Amino acid sequence: MRRDKGHGWSLGLAGLLAPVTIWLGLFFLLPLLLILAYSFGTSGIYGGITLGFNPGNYLKVFDPLYLEIIGRTFFIAALNTLLCLALGYPLAYFVVFKGRRWRNALILLVMVPFWTSLLIRAYAWVVILGGNGIANRTLQFLGITDEPLTLIFTPEAVLMGMVYSYLPFMILPLYAALEKFDTRLKEAAQDLGASRWHTFWRVTFPLSMPGVIAGSILVFIPSAGEFVIPDLLGGSRTVMTGNLIQNQFLQARDWAFGSALSVMLAVLLLGAIMFYIRRVGTDKLEGM
Amino acid sequence: MQKKDTRISRGTFLRAMGAAGVAGSTLSVLACQPNTSAPSSGGGGSGLEEKELNLYNWNDYVAKSTIPSFTEKTGIKVTQDYFSSNEDLLAKLQAGGTGYDVIVPSDYMVAIMIKSDVVQKLDKSKIPNAKNVGPEYEGLSYDPNNEYSLPYQWGTTGILYNKKEIGQLDESWNALWDPQFEGKVAMLNDTRETLGAALYKLGYSVNATEQEQLDEAKAELIMQKPLLSGYFDSTESRPLVLNGDLLLGHIFSGDAFLALPENDDLDYVVPKPAATRWTDNMCIPNGAEHPENAHKFINHILDAGVGAKLSNYTYFNTPNAAALPKITGALKNLPGYVLPDEVFKRLEVIEDTGEATREYERIFTEVKSS
Repeated sequence: MRRDKGHGWSLGLAGLLAPVTIWLGLFFLLPLLLILAYSFGTSGIYGGITLGFNPGNYLKVFDPLYLEIIGRTFFIAALNTLLCLALGYPLAYFVVFKGRRWRNALILLVMVPFWTSLLIRAYAWVVILGGNGIANRTLQFLGITDEPLTLIFTPEAVLMGMVYSYLPFMILPLYAALEKFDTRLKEAAQDLGASRWHTFWRVTFPLSMPGVIAGSILVFIPSAGEFVIPDLLGGSRTVMTGNLIQNQFLQARDWAFGSALSVMLAVLLLGAIMFYIRRVGTDKLEGM
Repeated sequence: MQKKDTRISRGTFLRAMGAAGVAGSTLSVLACQPNTSAPSSGGGGSGLEEKELNLYNWNDYVAKSTIPSFTEKTGIKVTQDYFSSNEDLLAKLQAGGTGYDVIVPSDYMVAIMIKSDVVQKLDKSKIPNAKNVGPEYEGLSYDPNNEYSLPYQWGTTGILYNKKEIGQLDESWNALWDPQFEGKVAMLNDTRETLGAALYKLGYSVNATEQEQLDEAKAELIMQKPLLSGYFDSTESRPLVLNGDLLLGHIFSGDAFLALPENDDLDYVVPKPAATRWTDNMCIPNGAEHPENAHKFINHILDAGVGAKLSNYTYFNTPNAAALPKITGALKNLPGYVLPDEVFKRLEVIEDTGEATREYERIFTEVKSS
């Protein structure tokens, strides 16, 4: 009976796995295969799709216009990930090591934004940053500016909106990783003569890598597919891959090209993540 | 005017539901494939139809009294669902088995639906009120004999602007390209309308398919982009112009008419040499389960009193000539609501551009990412 622990399949285990297998098969794998099949199809002018083998949809992705959009998307997503890490790490660190009895309350506060729909929160930013919005009125009241500043419908507003939306996805895994950290290691490092800075870079940070990796992936992937924020906070002046895909389905009636773009985005994301994990080392993930 | 502020923008809804909608349609394609060519049960005249009707409409596009008065008259219970774009509507119908009895596609989409064989011919003998439709709204290019569609509401696409700040505009598209309004201009986030504005400005047709004309329009829009605050849905630019954030907005007439009574500084202009006149229409999909009720509903909408109440609520124009005398004076007095003949004559109807549709989309993407 010992080997049941590692390898053996019991009826109970199969029974437990059956629902999730059916669920993922029906609602994840099947639609994914459908997208793959569509991506090789031919779109009718009036919508609809004829299945077949038409690599033309993929060739179309290599149009410089679309490559530029994909490149820009990855740049924005990477920048967003870095900003979230730069802002999220100190916060997670503070909550874990200085939060004391407020720890749980503080981490709950991080999750508060999830209680409201993203759409409503994005609209709140439209109200705050608008020409006659709260931000501009405050600046004018304080005499910092005379004329209203253009704060919204800019690339900066898009980035700000993205950092705002995805920050919790960075903080929570970082918190989970740092929470497990054994503070005696810090004391040991300092006893052995390491400075606080040294202790952080040589001990604390490496041990929190699983959180850094998980957080980065959790932020990077959805940012690369983002399409609501560029429209709402960017005034649709910036096109990201998500907008491009959405347009193929809902405007251009070109489902085949939209599917090919989706597959390309997924492949590129997978490639980026594998590269990232290889660079920082898979062993770091073992603590996850 | 209170009710108007609770409107949810079609486009916002679209974006929010975008991913979900796409996934949903995909699944429904899968689930309903065998139903695609379900034969039309229309025209059978069976008296056995249930007292039900499924209406698939744009959001916030019926007056409070429109549906209750229909139910009172006929005993037919109406269930209303909402779609967010013509393409969304088309995709659902092509997937089949939607269960909708009356749909409200725009002009060019009616043509596509006829070609794709997803709508059925109307039995005019069951719609006596069809006679109320004004001659200008009948026989449009997308359905020349009104065999498949009857108009629901119509309107124009023009410019809402702050007259107090920039003075009276001449009837021209040039204002949207004027550098002195830099950062204070909104264009519609709509491929056909925004390319259309550039085409009109150049003196071309909104339905141009010649590459040279499209390239010229693209150049105009790329030149214009640095002046823009952004590309917005009509319902989004309305508050921006209304509260003074922006000076000019490319906008659908109904949204302009909602803004005008709230701010005396504003004005609406339908520019020369041409502008868009759009029409939303009532159609019955193939395979509708309650075609008898659908005909009754279309007839109800085309009733003079019902039609007037509808337009008095939506602030769009009525195609119902008999309803026109019952449109409120406040609405009729708004600039651009009642159009003089010479203005009406220069309006163009957006038509399906077939193969060129993809080129239009590519150009708009290129403009937006320039």
